[in-house]
Amino acid sequence: MAKTSTEKAANAAAPEYPLTTIAIVAPIVGWLIPGAGHIIQKRYVRGLLLMISVVAVFLIRKGMNGRVYGPNGGDILEMLGFVGDLGSGVLYFLAMIMGWGQAAAAHASADYGKTFVIVAGLLNFIAAADAHHIALGKKP
Amino acid sequence: MTFTLSHFSAAVLFALFASTVFGITQRNTTREQVRYGLYCFALFVGGVFAAGWVMWLLRR
Repeated sequence: MAKTSTEKAANAAAPEYPLTTIAIVAPIVGWLIPGAGHIIQKRYVRGLLLMISVVAVFLIRKGMNGRVYGPNGGDILEMLGFVGDLGSGVLYFLAMIMGWGQAAAAHASADYGKTFVIVAGLLNFIAAADAHHIALGKKP
Repeated sequence: MTFTLSHFSAAVLFALFASTVFGITQRNTTREQVRYGLYCFALFVGGVFAAGWVMWLLRR
């Protein structure tokens, strides 16, 4: 049976991947706690691997005494460094509370450490976006 | 606790964890995720060796 014009209009207006509550909550939880966005959607193995990866990169930074960027309005690279660091979620807030990464760089490995913490944050942003796509149904 | 990693070991650890995240997030099936993760890891580590040889040549 042919569809009426009303049904056609309704189908055209309906988004292919409707925004649900879990699609909003999962990336936020995933950002705050690395891997948790997948775990709350029962992707336990993926979530644990993501958690291990992001936390390990962050802890390597701590071992190397890498700098952690605080909020700043100065140099563009420092601002981008802050955005990258912020991606680690609670790990970043923990670092700020504990005063990790505030000392001046004493050797070359501290510079690697600074890069590691930015990478941890950026990887976690990717993981949070992936949790969003899973919740939307774009990805199995 | 403080430790010092060499440039190479830091790069390999970075490659391992970044490849894991890339594999999981950029592909759909488990098989594709493993293959893409290994591919990224090989490219990262291969890039380290390639860059190392380029720097060695530049230094001569």
